[in-house]
Amino acid sequence: MPESPLSKHAKAEQAVMAICERFGNDRTRLLDILLEVQARFRCVEPSLMECIARQIGTYRVEVEGMVSFYAFFSDSPRGQVVIRLCDDIIDRHAGTEEIAQVFSRILGIGFGETSPDGRFTLEYTPCIGMSDQAPAALINERVVTCLTPARAEEIALGLKQGLGPGELDLPEGDGNNLNPLIGSMVRNNIRLRGEVLLSDVPADAGLHKALRRPPDQVREEVERAGLLGLGGAGFPAGRKWRMAADTPAERRFVICNADEGEPGTFKDRVLLTERADLMIEGMTIAAYAVKAREGIIYLRAEYAYLRRYLDTVLQRRRDQGLLGTDADGPGGFDIRIQMGAGAYICGEESALISSCEGLRGEPKNRPPFPAESGYLGYPTIVGNVETFCCAARILDRGAAWFRSWGTKASAGTKLLSVSGDCERPGVYELPFGISVRELLDLAVAPDAAAVQVGGASGQMINMSQFDRRICQEDLPTGGSVMVFSAKRNILEIVEYFLDFFIEESCGYCTPCRVGNVFLKRRIGKIRQGLCQPEDLDYLRELGKTVAETSRCGLGHTSPNPVLSTIANFPLVYAALLKINRDGREASFNIQSALEESRYLAKRRSMIYDPTYEGD
Amino acid sequence: MKKRIATVSLAGCFGCHMSLLDIDERLLDLLKLVEFDRSPFNDFKRFTGRCDIGLVEGGCCNEENVHTLHEFRANCDILVAVGQCAVMGGLPVMRNAIMHAEDPLRECLETAYLDSEYVLNPTNSIPNDPALPLLLDKVYTLADVVKVDYQIPGCPPSSETLWQTLNALITGHRQRLPYELIKYD
Repeated sequence: MPESPLSKHAKAEQAVMAICERFGNDRTRLLDILLEVQARFRCVEPSLMECIARQIGTYRVEVEGMVSFYAFFSDSPRGQVVIRLCDDIIDRHAGTEEIAQVFSRILGIGFGETSPDGRFTLEYTPCIGMSDQAPAALINERVVTCLTPARAEEIALGLKQGLGPGELDLPEGDGNNLNPLIGSMVRNNIRLRGEVLLSDVPADAGLHKALRRPPDQVREEVERAGLLGLGGAGFPAGRKWRMAADTPAERRFVICNADEGEPGTFKDRVLLTERADLMIEGMTIAAYAVKAREGIIYLRAEYAYLRRYLDTVLQRRRDQGLLGTDADGPGGFDIRIQMGAGAYICGEESALISSCEGLRGEPKNRPPFPAESGYLGYPTIVGNVETFCCAARILDRGAAWFRSWGTKASAGTKLLSVSGDCERPGVYELPFGISVRELLDLAVAPDAAAVQVGGASGQMINMSQFDRRICQEDLPTGGSVMVFSAKRNILEIVEYFLDFFIEESCGYCTPCRVGNVFLKRRIGKIRQGLCQPEDLDYLRELGKTVAETSRCGLGHTSPNPVLSTIANFPLVYAALLKINRDGREASFNIQSALEESRYLAKRRSMIYDPTYEGD
Repeated sequence: MKKRIATVSLAGCFGCHMSLLDIDERLLDLLKLVEFDRSPFNDFKRFTGRCDIGLVEGGCCNEENVHTLHEFRANCDILVAVGQCAVMGGLPVMRNAIMHAEDPLRECLETAYLDSEYVLNPTNSIPNDPALPLLLDKVYTLADVVKVDYQIPGCPPSSETLWQTLNALITGHRQRLPYELIKYD
């Protein structure tokens, strides 16, 4: 007998209530609650939102706001198998479109659709951190890389025949990707190991040395080393630690930002795979230095395949007495993993904190800075994966050792994620101050014509600028270096980046929500050959306005691809601009503007259809 | 030499023209400096010669608006968009909000003439006299269609704003408008 809809709904409500209870009906754990509900029911049904809200003491609209904000949530059921094909610009150049056609053809659905039998959903997703092995896709949590039409066909047929994502026969990865807890075909592609992070590091040497020193000395050591945040913003890590320590509070938090979402960046993926212990060691040192007892690793949803491994590492460290609130080890510090749900903006530290608090990933006003008032209002250090790894090394080898690499403003080495038109894409650990040309030589990119340094929010430079150096003084980057050969269309790339920002803007402030759309429209017009030289003034002016008036780093940097290409590739633009002599806007087309009217009125224009004689 | 001025109202309400008339007796001073060419003020329907300044009220909602605007652009050295409708589309542009419909123009006309419960339309027909210019698919601002040299916001811009702007354009002396004239809240 089929189940009545009523009892089915009651059962669903019971299950949802049980999930809420597992998280203590805690409003601040709403993100985790929704992740579980989504996983269980493949959607967060509107009828269940009310139930969740009641259970955790909030309003339905708050729950709905979360579901609509994060890309990995949906309010109607997704397929049992969700295939998210990465359509980052690097992946597109590597052939995303062909792969998409294969999936569409075999599964019989278009992108953005779910098959009628509820088995499959096809979606596009922005950069999943696999640009060095593009084109790539996520099949539920499983990562598939280096897709060819043949492999895509094999995968799609396998899934169609009923294989689960975990049962697909895929090649093996390398390094720790072979670990059964990860078991992924992802390759590390470590091309160059530097002294600081990727050479062999002694386990917990930094932590043991740190614990023998008073906390303030630990902070001073990091400050003396000149360690800057390595996620992109480049704020001095030591100063953050000092601010957090100097703010009187009952609780303090250490959060590791593993929400690596900047297109073309994948170095944190490698660190999480190969240097998880080092990263946690760094967090533990930070916790000791600022007297924090609680920590969070914010792991992007795209890296869910690393979750089981990281959990195991955390548990092993608890068993070793290196972590754990009851441990009498290093100050009784414990860490939980917070999974993200597919939002680029959550890489911004205050948005990341909002997300950890069970809110939409919207940035917060600053000041106060997170180091003074962050997670739940307590002083919070948010640091990038690489930053914590470096901190652990600094405490082992000392500030002077760390400073022996890099430049005056950027000490140490940097992991650079190189992708695009080169023979050796992958991760390079190099001292700050290296020139783009040296990096391109290492990556074997003789055809490089343009390089985007710093991801979508970074700068695009031309061949004459390849001697510029990667460091705070010249070209800062969180690690993304995308190489483009002369056969790539610069404006297509710019338009893609703007699409990305439009999609990922949280929508809170107008300059970013609206300004990026206007920038994109004008770039689109230029590509169609409908613009004049004055349109560049418009782009410059609007770009400046967006950068100066947006609320957070996303809008501060989103005009960069436009502004840097106008400055560095003037000829690309000049070739598409027309000088307009009759004062008419080329983009206005009277014929198409009249098309609908002609059809509705069933007559032609007396003015614009010159052959018209009347009936 | 007197400056030659042309004016027109496209998809507007003539409110901006009325506002210009509100300069009252200063009209006499104005006429010492300028001569009106094509304009509703003198009912000249065509250009008689090249003009220094064209003042255009209203945006473009139909083909005739576009045709007229192209004539203004071709015959005026300086083209000024006067008022909210010319600058941003104003009230008429509200029909652009029906952009998600399959056939936005049809939906707009049907709502306006057939479906609304406030419409009395015994013949149940949408006006379609051959003399009526065809509507555009949506309302365009002046700057969407031609290059515009200056824009004066306001609904309507006050007579003082128009007077001072005209003075500046005629004498060629750029001047800053006082704050009271350019605040709109």
